[in-house]
Amino acid sequence: MKVNKRGIAAFGAIAVVSTLSLAGCASGGTADGGSSDGDKDASTLTVWVDAERVDALQDAADAYEKKTGVTVKLLGKSVDDMKDDFIQQVPTGKGPDIVMGAHDWLGELSANGVVAPLELGDSASDYLPVALQAATYDGTVYMLPYAVENIAILRNADLAPEPATSFDDMTAKGGFVVEQGAEGNPYHLYPFQTAFGAPVFGTDSSGSYDPANLQLGSEGGFAFADWLAAQGKNGTGVLNTDVDGEIAKQQFLDGKAAFWLTGPWNVGTAVDAGINVAIDPIPSPSGQTASPFAGVKGFFVSAESKNKVAANDFLVNYIGTEDVQLELFKAGNVLPALTAAADSAASDPIIAGFQAVGADAVPMPAIPAMGSVWQFWGVAEAAIINGADPKATWQKLVDDVTAAIK
Amino acid sequence: MTDTAEPTAPPTTRQRQAAKIAEAASGPIGWTLLKILLLAIVDAIALYAAYVLFTHQEWLVLGIVVVVAALVNWIYFSRKRVPAKYLTPGIIFLVVFQVFTLLYTGYIGFTNYGTGHNGTKEQAISSLLASAQERVEDSPTYPVTVVEQFGTYGLLVTDPDTGDALLGTADQPLTEVDAEFAGGQAVGVDGWTTLPIAKVFTLSAELEKLSVPFSDDPNDGSLRAPDGQKGYLYVSTLAYDADADTITDTKNGTVYSDLGTGAFTSEDGEELLPGWQTTVGFDNFVRAISDQSIRGPLISVTVWTFVFALVSVASTFFLGLLLALVFNNTRMRFRNGYRIILILPYAFPAFLSALVWAGMMNESFGFINQVLFGGAEIPWLTDPVLAKVSVLLVNLWLGFPYMFLVCMGALQGIPSDVNEAAVMDGANPWQIFRRIKLPLLLVTVAPLLISSFAFNFNNFNLIYMLTNGGPRFDDVSIPVGHTDILISMVYKVAFTGQNRDYGLASAFTILIFIVVATISIISFRKTKALEELN
Repeated sequence: MKVNKRGIAAFGAIAVVSTLSLAGCASGGTADGGSSDGDKDASTLTVWVDAERVDALQDAADAYEKKTGVTVKLLGKSVDDMKDDFIQQVPTGKGPDIVMGAHDWLGELSANGVVAPLELGDSASDYLPVALQAATYDGTVYMLPYAVENIAILRNADLAPEPATSFDDMTAKGGFVVEQGAEGNPYHLYPFQTAFGAPVFGTDSSGSYDPANLQLGSEGGFAFADWLAAQGKNGTGVLNTDVDGEIAKQQFLDGKAAFWLTGPWNVGTAVDAGINVAIDPIPSPSGQTASPFAGVKGFFVSAESKNKVAANDFLVNYIGTEDVQLELFKAGNVLPALTAAADSAASDPIIAGFQAVGADAVPMPAIPAMGSVWQFWGVAEAAIINGADPKATWQKLVDDVTAAIK
Repeated sequence: MTDTAEPTAPPTTRQRQAAKIAEAASGPIGWTLLKILLLAIVDAIALYAAYVLFTHQEWLVLGIVVVVAALVNWIYFSRKRVPAKYLTPGIIFLVVFQVFTLLYTGYIGFTNYGTGHNGTKEQAISSLLASAQERVEDSPTYPVTVVEQFGTYGLLVTDPDTGDALLGTADQPLTEVDAEFAGGQAVGVDGWTTLPIAKVFTLSAELEKLSVPFSDDPNDGSLRAPDGQKGYLYVSTLAYDADADTITDTKNGTVYSDLGTGAFTSEDGEELLPGWQTTVGFDNFVRAISDQSIRGPLISVTVWTFVFALVSVASTFFLGLLLALVFNNTRMRFRNGYRIILILPYAFPAFLSALVWAGMMNESFGFINQVLFGGAEIPWLTDPVLAKVSVLLVNLWLGFPYMFLVCMGALQGIPSDVNEAAVMDGANPWQIFRRIKLPLLLVTVAPLLISSFAFNFNNFNLIYMLTNGGPRFDDVSIPVGHTDILISMVYKVAFTGQNRDYGLASAFTILIFIVVATISIISFRKTKALEELN
């Protein structure tokens, strides 16, 4: 019995500690973000940042603190759970004042009421149009954009010295790979779809995507489906659902494919592997422009932040400056969203290449209806690639999406 | 006699002191000190927690912490209550990690918690109103200074066109005033205190409410200063009526009211999002069973879950048993070497193995098709039937070492004389195995088989990493596929896509819990019959 007492007491200690940690979870209150105490002169901004970009923001945070006396606390977090944590913590009054994220979170964040509108004021026109469009949801700006990301063709310039003039030219010139996977990958196929004149949604008068105007089922959509079938298993075999991200990368790195449709996130690997990389526009299969999706990254203000004024000031008047945008660019090598910063970053030919392709890019729709589209889209494309009847499968996709949106 | 050494006279004071010192030196005092120290730590933590909870006004949790801390002290400071000393830690753990989770899941199952129903009604209203603010088109940017008078906050605005100073508060529309200027901007006015920007930063709550009417006509909009320095003119498209508890769209006059469904709803059923969290009774359970698009997959997923769990347990058990019998045979050479090799799959993390298998089973590039089948295109993971076979095969590979170990131990526990007696009676090896070894083995192994069933019933790792549930059903509205088991289906309902539904997922979880619990209870009852053998 003597021997066990220590163990038991230790257990007791652990048990009480865990009770308390649970209690900590349960207690919402005013954990972060300073109190509303009027006498306090300094406030603290808590910012959740993608762990890789903490260093890039640290200088800006320090400078801001020096200038205004507002402490900016940067917390590096994994991108994977940032959005879910944010959505769950904000209603309890915890969570950060500002979170770094991507524009396609907007639909979800807004539907959950966890983001506050952001007034860019006259600085709105300083951003790339696609970035500003992406930051706007239902006519209201919610995000301060800092980077624009889109896919483009990575060309192995040693294997194919000249850019391809069309899709067929590209496949003839020596191998083209694009990431697919068992459930398809509509994101990477989207430029080809738009080349047939079939965006997912039409836009309303304010330029926002209109869920009532599903363009997927337009004539172009069916033309795209036919083209998919022709490039699939029973056709040229250029598109293959067995090719996932890793396999596509390996084929390009091994020199088996001279063209790889992918995003800036893979450029580093290719350059490190010693490949002479050039960035080309996406060759169109139809002659019309092939517009990829643009993903815009930025910062959101929490709807429950106790420091909205400072948060607005920090974002609009500080992160929105050329210097900070360039700092963030150096950390991520993704085109800055501020036009001035984008232009200076484009002195790098690879960035300039992505910028050129990005000029044709359209923001990925963030409306909740898009969730219903993703759900069926890839599977239908994968089925067509694998030999299903293109007309019937595409029609079913359109019917399913229409039913799900209602 | 034996007890001659016993002193006959009562011990003297000196002797008693000596005995005390001896007793103390022999240990108990050290343990008592340790006990006090540990309890002190527990109490200190409890006290700190109580303080934190007190400042956050979490009375319920505070009460629980105090009661638990008091109880722990009462139990461990007493010399009696020995059973409680052993039971308390376990019970506390049980409550914190099991009962709490169970009750909370149960509670969520009865709410509409999910995308669009995430917070409270107040939060929903303020969020709706905030996002309904639209900047008046082509309106200029107004330089703003925040001023204060007797606790009332106002905005001192410089008209960018005329350069005039205007002052207004939440109740008082902008009116022209005489002000001090600095750098072309009005910075001070008589009777009002100009607030420094650092102070303004601490006034978020006040500034958020501070919407200064531009004029007496509400259609002109009102001026707000989101960053405390620049003002913009806004009009609101939604108006909240607190008495009627309705929200009106000022553009088209639609009235949205609270119908108890957790969102403001118009007469023709259109909901304003965000809504809020509210209890919805058995709605989630009803939906899980009655919604056509969920019921279909739910039935086939349930059937597959049972098939998967049963076949996995059976196949791994019999392969494990077979190998255990083989390696238990003393005539086998290099037994230890084989045993170590056989344990290898058990030593790898299951999710990693599943990922590796997923790569090897890739139709065009996988090792199995490329090397073993000479470039054949066998759709291991993309054909509905083959995908199920693949899942079972991989799980066999992952699971048999465990069964092998268990059976090995159990076989060695069977006394060899039983075997010898059977041989003497003229039984053949099959009879010995069938009639003697297997029943004896099952007594030990049956509870493990039941827990293995429960484990495989919820074997999320394997499914998620190997096929991710695919290939997908092509006729349902949730992204569920042919190899999805119940738990991976729950995961998809709750955590994937843009529309989360924690309420529905919790309802599913409760249903799964009921199924697993029922099966376990029945099975454990049945295994009691086996124990009669001993």
